[in-house]
Amino acid sequence: MNMINWNNTDTAAFHGVWVYCEQRGGALMSTDLELLSQGRHLANELGTELCGVLLGDGVDGLVPDLGGSGADKVYVCNSPLLKDYTTDAHAKLICDLAQTYKPEIILFGATNLGRDLAPRCAARLHTGLCADCTHLDVDMGTYLEFLREHSTLDEKGIGAESLTARFASDLKMTRPAFGGHLMATIVCPRFRPAMATVRPGVMVRAPYDEARAKAVQVIHPDFSLTEGDIHTQVLETVKAARELVDLLGADVVVSVGRGIGSDVQKGLALGQELADVLGGVLGGSRVAIDSGWLSSDHQVGQTGKTVHPKLYIALGISGAIQHLAGMQDAGCIIAVNKNEAAPIFEVADYGITGDLFKVVPMMIDQFRAAKHAKAAV
Amino acid sequence: MKAIVCVKQVPDTSGKVAVNPDGTLNRASMPVITNPDDRSAVEAALRLKDQYGCKVVLVTMGPAAAESMLRELLAMGADEAYLVSDRAFGGSDTFATSQIVAAAVHHIGLEPGDIVLCGRQAIDGDTAQVGPQIAEKLNLPQVTYAADIQVHGSTVTVRRMLEDGYMTIRVDTPCLITCVKELNTPRYMSVPGIMGCWDKPLTVLTHEELKDEPLIEPDTIGLKGSPTNIAKSFTPPQKGEGVMLEGAGRETVEDLVSRLTAKHIL
Repeated sequence: MNMINWNNTDTAAFHGVWVYCEQRGGALMSTDLELLSQGRHLANELGTELCGVLLGDGVDGLVPDLGGSGADKVYVCNSPLLKDYTTDAHAKLICDLAQTYKPEIILFGATNLGRDLAPRCAARLHTGLCADCTHLDVDMGTYLEFLREHSTLDEKGIGAESLTARFASDLKMTRPAFGGHLMATIVCPRFRPAMATVRPGVMVRAPYDEARAKAVQVIHPDFSLTEGDIHTQVLETVKAARELVDLLGADVVVSVGRGIGSDVQKGLALGQELADVLGGVLGGSRVAIDSGWLSSDHQVGQTGKTVHPKLYIALGISGAIQHLAGMQDAGCIIAVNKNEAAPIFEVADYGITGDLFKVVPMMIDQFRAAKHAKAAV
Repeated sequence: MKAIVCVKQVPDTSGKVAVNPDGTLNRASMPVITNPDDRSAVEAALRLKDQYGCKVVLVTMGPAAAESMLRELLAMGADEAYLVSDRAFGGSDTFATSQIVAAAVHHIGLEPGDIVLCGRQAIDGDTAQVGPQIAEKLNLPQVTYAADIQVHGSTVTVRRMLEDGYMTIRVDTPCLITCVKELNTPRYMSVPGIMGCWDKPLTVLTHEELKDEPLIEPDTIGLKGSPTNIAKSFTPPQKGEGVMLEGAGRETVEDLVSRLTAKHIL
C-alpha cells in the first residue's frame, strides 16, 4: 500500500497555499498563472505564503513568470526522470514534498494531466479533493457574499451562522454539477491539505507583477526519485498537427449547432465568416462535434471548454444544459434559432427567432459595416 | 488474464435535469443509463475477450436497482458481475468510493496479467477521480484518458489523450486504464446474450462479505469515511430577462446592431 502513514488531522500544523505548476515540454500552462492569481487571494486571506511546485528537467527559467503571477516561493525539482510527465514520478514528489512542508491547500489545473495526478495524490495523502472548481474562498464573509449574489438561497437557506461555526477557516470549493443546474460547495474540514482541481479559463489572471517576479525565492528541495519508482514509460508525445483553436482566450466566440445540419458546409462557412468579421473564433455544440462537423477542440460545454468571451453568438444551438454550462457567463449572448421555445433564449441577452441561413448573412454585412463606421471615426 | 471493469449507473443528464426545491437532484424523475465512458471501458474489455479469450468481470457500487445495468452489460458479453451494495457504503465521496471498489476488486482477486478498466468520468459528478484513486489503493500503475489500447503479452500500449495531442504510454500488467468514449463504439446486446444474461453469475457484495478486506475500515468508508463534505448545495439564479427581438429580417438585425453599438459591444 502506498498510502502515507502520517497525522494530517492536526489541521493547525499545516500552512501555506501551493499551486502545482504544470509544464509541458518546458513551457508553462496558462492555468498555472490563473491558479497563482487565485492562490494569491487565498494566501492573503489566510495570511500565509503562496508557493509554486514545479517539476521538470531544467525548468528553473520558468520561475520568474510564476513569481510575477503571485508566488512567494517556488519549489523546483529537476531530473531527467521528470522530462516527460508520468503519474508515478509527479505523485511521488508532490506527496513527499507535502509530507515535509505540510501545506494547507494544494491547487491543480483541471487539465488532462492535472486530473490524472491530483486524485492519485489525494488518495495517497488521505485527504479530500474537489474536482473542476469554478470558485474558491477561505474568508467566510467573502463566501457569504458570493452565495448572496450567485445563488437563489435566501438568508435562512444560506445559514450564515451554521456555516461560520463549522467551516470558518476551511477552503470552500464550489463546483457545478449536472451541467451547471446545481452548484455545490465542498469542504474538507478534517484533513489537510485540502485539494482542488480548478477548471481552466475560469480564474482571472492578475497582471504581471515585476517586483514579485524579481523577489520570488527558488528552493531546490532534496528529493529521491529513481527509475524503479516509475511504472509507465512515455514512448512519444505528439502535438496535434493542426492549429489549435484558442476558445479560452477569445473575446468573441461564434458557435454552431444542430441548426446547420441542413447544409453543414454553408453553415460552417457562415459561422466562420461572422467570427472573422468580429475577430473571434468558431466553436460548436456537442452535436456539431459528435457529428464530425468540427474537431473536439472547438467544443463549448460541460464536456468541452468553459468560455468567458465578451460576446457569444449561438447559431442553431438549442441550449442543452451541457452547452449552457460552458457559455452562460459570457458578457453578452446572442442566439439565433428557428425554435422560439429553445432553452438557449433563456440565457440570451438578445434572441432572434429565425433561419440562421437567412439571418447570419445580414449579420455579417451589418456587423462589418458597423465595424467600418467605427474604424472611420 | 482477466479484465475487471468498474461501471456506474447514472441519471441521464443529457435530458431534462430536475432539481428539488431544496437544491438537490430529483433522481427519481430522471431515467438511468450506464455511464457512457464506462460503456467504452466494457467494450474495450470485450475486445480483449474477442482477441485473447480473457474473462470480463464487472464491478459496480450502487443500489439493488443497478442489477438492471449489470444484466445489460452481461448481455453485451461480459462473463460475471459483482454488485457492491450496502447502507454502510452510502454517502461515500470519491475517496471512500474508491476505497470500497478497490476492496471489492481485491476480494474478487487481482492477478499478474489482469487489467482494470474504468470510464474516465461519470456524467453525474464529472470528477474523473475514482479511477486513479482505485489504482492508488490497489498500488497499480494507471493510464487515464485512453483512446487506444493494444495488449501484447504482459505489455499494454495506450494512446493517452491530451488537450492538444496525445502521449503513447507503455505499461505492464496488472494496471488500471480509464477510457474515453473516442476509444470505441460499444456493441449492442445480442439476442443470445439477452437470453443468457440471467444465467450468468451475479454476486452481491455487502459489508459483511468485504469487512475483512484491509481497505474496509469504519473511518475510510461511507459518509463517515469521506474526507469531503457538501457544505452547501444551491441553484444559480436565472439571468436577467433577455430581449427577444421582433422578426428576423433586415430591420431586426439593424435593431440588434444599434443595441450592441450603444452598449459598446460592437
